[in-house]
Amino acid sequence: MIPGSFEYHRPSNVGEAAALLASLDSDARVLAGGHSLIPMMRLRMAQPSHLIDLGGCADLKGIQVEGGEIVIGAMTTQHDVIASDALFAAAPILRETAMLIADPQVRYLGTIGGNAANGDPGNDMPALMMTLDATYVLRSGTGERRVKAREFYHGAYDTAAAPGEILAAIRVPAPPAGHGSAYEKLKRKVGDYATAAAAVVLTKANGRVATCAIGLTNVSDKPLLAEAAAAAVIGSALDKAALDTAVAAVEAICEPAEDQRGSAEYRTKMAGVMTRRALTRAFVLAK
Amino acid sequence: MNAPVPPSSAERAEKLQGMGCKRKRVEDVRFTQGRGNYVDDIKLPGMLHGDFHRSSHAHARIKSIDTSKAKAVPGVVAVLTAEELKGVNLAWMPTLAGDVQMVLADGKVLFQNQEIAFVIATDRYIAADAADLIEVEYEPLPVLVDPFKAMEADAPVLREDLAGKTTGAHGPRKHHNHIFNWSVGDKDLTDAAFVKAEVSTKDLIYYHRVHPCPLETCQTICSFDKITGDLTIYGTFQAPHVIRTVVALISSIPEHKIHVISPDIGGGFGNKVGAYPGYICAAVASIVTGKPVKWVEDRMENLSTTSFARDYHMTAEIAATKEGRVTGLRVHILADHGAFDACADPSKWPAGFSNIVTGSYDFPVAHLSVDGVYTNKAPGGVAYRCSFRVTEVAYCIERAMDIMAQKLGMDPVDFRMKNFIKREQFPYQSALGWEYDSGDYHMAMEKALGVVDYKKLREEQKAKQEAFRRGETRDLMGIGVSFFTEIVGAGPSKNCDILGIAMFDSAEIRIHPTGRVLARMGSKSQGQGHETTWAQIIATEIGIPADDIHIEEGNTDTAPYGLGTYGSRSTPVAGAAIAMAARKIKAKAQMIAAFMLEVHEGDLEFDVDRFRVKGNPEAFKTMSQLAWAAYNRVPPGMEPGLEAVSYYDPPNMTYPFGAYICVMDIDVDTGTHKVRRFYALDDCGTRINPMIIEGQVHGGCTEGYAIAMGQEIIYDEMGNVKGASLMDFFLPTAVETPHWETDYTVTPSPHHPIGAKGVGESPNVGSVPAFSNAVNDAFKFLGSTHITMPHDAYRTWQVAAKLGLHA
Amino acid sequence: MTKVSMVVNGNAVSADVESRTLLIHYLREHLNITGPHIGCETSHCGACTVDLDGKSVKSCTVFAVQAQGSDVLTIEGMAAPDGKLHVLQEAFREMHGLQCGYCTPGMITRAYRLLKENPSPTEAEIRMGISGNLCRCTGYQNIVKAIQYAASKINGVEYKEAAE
Repeated sequence: MIPGSFEYHRPSNVGEAAALLASLDSDARVLAGGHSLIPMMRLRMAQPSHLIDLGGCADLKGIQVEGGEIVIGAMTTQHDVIASDALFAAAPILRETAMLIADPQVRYLGTIGGNAANGDPGNDMPALMMTLDATYVLRSGTGERRVKAREFYHGAYDTAAAPGEILAAIRVPAPPAGHGSAYEKLKRKVGDYATAAAAVVLTKANGRVATCAIGLTNVSDKPLLAEAAAAAVIGSALDKAALDTAVAAVEAICEPAEDQRGSAEYRTKMAGVMTRRALTRAFVLAK
Repeated sequence: MNAPVPPSSAERAEKLQGMGCKRKRVEDVRFTQGRGNYVDDIKLPGMLHGDFHRSSHAHARIKSIDTSKAKAVPGVVAVLTAEELKGVNLAWMPTLAGDVQMVLADGKVLFQNQEIAFVIATDRYIAADAADLIEVEYEPLPVLVDPFKAMEADAPVLREDLAGKTTGAHGPRKHHNHIFNWSVGDKDLTDAAFVKAEVSTKDLIYYHRVHPCPLETCQTICSFDKITGDLTIYGTFQAPHVIRTVVALISSIPEHKIHVISPDIGGGFGNKVGAYPGYICAAVASIVTGKPVKWVEDRMENLSTTSFARDYHMTAEIAATKEGRVTGLRVHILADHGAFDACADPSKWPAGFSNIVTGSYDFPVAHLSVDGVYTNKAPGGVAYRCSFRVTEVAYCIERAMDIMAQKLGMDPVDFRMKNFIKREQFPYQSALGWEYDSGDYHMAMEKALGVVDYKKLREEQKAKQEAFRRGETRDLMGIGVSFFTEIVGAGPSKNCDILGIAMFDSAEIRIHPTGRVLARMGSKSQGQGHETTWAQIIATEIGIPADDIHIEEGNTDTAPYGLGTYGSRSTPVAGAAIAMAARKIKAKAQMIAAFMLEVHEGDLEFDVDRFRVKGNPEAFKTMSQLAWAAYNRVPPGMEPGLEAVSYYDPPNMTYPFGAYICVMDIDVDTGTHKVRRFYALDDCGTRINPMIIEGQVHGGCTEGYAIAMGQEIIYDEMGNVKGASLMDFFLPTAVETPHWETDYTVTPSPHHPIGAKGVGESPNVGSVPAFSNAVNDAFKFLGSTHITMPHDAYRTWQVAAKLGLHA
Repeated sequence: MTKVSMVVNGNAVSADVESRTLLIHYLREHLNITGPHIGCETSHCGACTVDLDGKSVKSCTVFAVQAQGSDVLTIEGMAAPDGKLHVLQEAFREMHGLQCGYCTPGMITRAYRLLKENPSPTEAEIRMGISGNLCRCTGYQNIVKAIQYAASKINGVEYKEAAE
């Protein structure tokens, strides 16, 4: 209920933050929106001795949509993601997904970067970023490194970020005009993590699926890119056979934890149901 | 010059804001401005904070407790363990159910998160740090979580303190984990009815463990004055006078030196009736340190250690003719009480009023037998708007009736109507010993059916079932009906007492010379709006505007003795005391008026806010004038002043009832649901404030919705408690919560001074069966007969899977 | 200990706090602003909701040091200096949008920001808008009505109670 003690730092730019992170002991954590970290600290499941608050780093904020590329500063809040008309025009699935994260208060402070970088298999942005084939810009004391979202997640709280690296921005190739997208999230109530969720981005050509990417949330110890499932629908008119094959391919890669949301079997099946619904909806929306 | 037209009776009545009107709440003025006065808002000079170190094991011997590191933290003033409490004979405390409970772990722990040590420090952050540094060495013992295994020959011994005790507070104990057996009804006649029954059903109906979870957790500030010997206790107490008497009985502090104050309480729902270790430890800590000590539990402590609710395994059997007339009811209940029987029941009722299990139906014979057992879980059982186990058994009978209707091939409403107690049978003697005061069930049911157009709903359901079979839809439609009869208003002194104190309640009303009123009651609102509604009763009874009446509750020094607010007892008991006290005042005012108007009392009639001479309406005295006169010039031989006290011993319980109908659509592929419509008709007799009644129904139905559709506290086989945080403990947000339609009929209670029955718990009692019956109803046509609650998506999906619906 | 300063309900305040002091405790314990309440420790219930620099936030999940230099509004700051209640405070009373009062400060503070985000919300938008605030007493229905009533008054339109 009461967090342990720590020293608080508030750098004014990401370079300073990265330098601090490098110089402090390994028990230092960055603080983004705080709505994953602070609850853990209150339960004393996390007890960092230093917190580096990124809230003062103006260079970590901002949204740009230019020339087919979207760049979102890591400290952009979910609220700002939702509010951005530019983002909505370029990739409406970003707003759709952000609106399904937590509740209004959490979205005012929770950041897209925190959600993406934490490594919590329950977070929604990771699978979405994999679906969108986003690239993460990581800053450290020595410079900058880019890692594809599809290569970033290794396991629960286990990512490709090296110690001392801070996610600074997310770069997303804007999906083609006329694309269809959907995020289907089954949850027990508003604010809950997904029982299972599926993100779909696809394009249509001559009434058939031309390109497709499918990402799955909270059905494994990391977000999943359902490549075989996506391949199964490409070239089809999303008929029942294609959908059934995709669903089976999704189920085959799920290894969800069993918890009060349901058994592993149920959550696997729900990943399939969410995929079917997301594909169907995205297909209708695609031009 | 024309004299102004005097206001009519109707206008004056409206100005009173008395009974029956939607008077806006007095409490809201401070609550909407953040000026409520809750326990944690209170700060006393020099106040210390207490926090617990709790057990990680569900059942273990304690080999050692090392408090040295905790004590060394700067700011820590003291650490209490059972050793220190033994010195003042408070390591154990009595429970309201006639058992005893450890305040701090004495040699062993019996449930996960049980209190082991209490740290007292200068602020809550330091107390938390220190509590974390206490080291306990455990020797694990075998864990018992299955109540069905509790009485097996080789079941682990939980209560070593009861070794050799073959009788408990409620009679003989047949096993070391047995608490009591409570039986009522005619067993022979009932068994005979089943032997010759044309049709019978038998089902295990489980009402799972949940928790009232008020938004404010349990908390207290205890402040002992070493010089005067006075102990002042602020706390979240639904029954402050009872707490005072209990503290007097278990400590050496005399009752007149104990001052218990319940300030504003952020929701009770039965969670805040009994005493908890935190209260006792804070009191002892204050006595030991000479400083005020505050204890505020956090949410996980609240959900995993304070009074849980339900956990009743009910085997219900109904016997009936093949035409659908019930001939007998036989119920056995296995009650899981956790490690201590801490139930807040009236003392002669170890299973609460579970013998209301006959419900709204005319069972000629019935028998009920309840066995309570101990397990390695948190103690308790009675809470959460249950009216003393009525929620459990109302659920049981409403499910069982549905199951029998299905077996008979009858519509569940037709089957109920065929077996309702008829209006002319009231007052009705039930086969299990209650005298139901009044009711018109057929009228209420007909009204409900009409509003929802029940016939059309069943036609729609049939069409949807056919569409489902044809593969045109993956949704199933369910219509859940619940017709409940409640028993509230505990209760008559002949059979209702709390630790020996009869369950009357009280009101003290004093009129000031300028005609304003100060009134205090023995009840204690935690959101029910008594400051608003009690004034409405007085306003109507004695004709002084409600806005001129100040209501106080909760300070045991000034309020007359009461048994508190829970079990929907306030309106039936305290409300009656208010009316009776008001009538004493009115009678005295009448005598003063007669004296002033120089007529005989019998020549006067009461008109809204004045006494006037019959046949001569110009000759009147208003209550305002009579108040002044009471301090000014009373008839010879009469004492001055205008006040009265009433202690009301109710002659009977009251029996509110209702008809609830739920329409639900279930997605078989995910197990999720959508409540399409929820209609709640309540009959609580005379309605004091319809706005407040409606609010109670909204809130209670929301609790019932959560309970039926996913809320639960569960234990794994090692006794680890799950679902004890708001991550998993299902509290619906505004998005999930259905829209509520409320309606009513009025069947006054014949024995209550204003005919009112009480309503606070009815919606929790009535809504759970409506939701559960709706889910069950959806799957009936596919052969399902009983699906256990809660009906979360996963479990509902499993039902669909088992029925082969995912092929 | 760190010195932290901010403006709370229009008043400049400052105090020495630990880095780990949560904003809710800073408000309730250091400043005696006890309107916002604590109902859980897992950031679910929203009883602690305050308005921080124009955002609805759960003050139990923010350290006071993070709010250095910020502008904080709590329920105590909603009424005008002359005591005239904010229309939401009147609306909650008018529509019986509270019973025990414990969720009310956080709920009204959140509703305040909701109506600034969306001055004419539909019922569904209101329910989504307050989904970060739990209530155990009212079942939300009259809270929704209260917010609709307040919105009507702010917008200068007549409040029409939805047909049952």
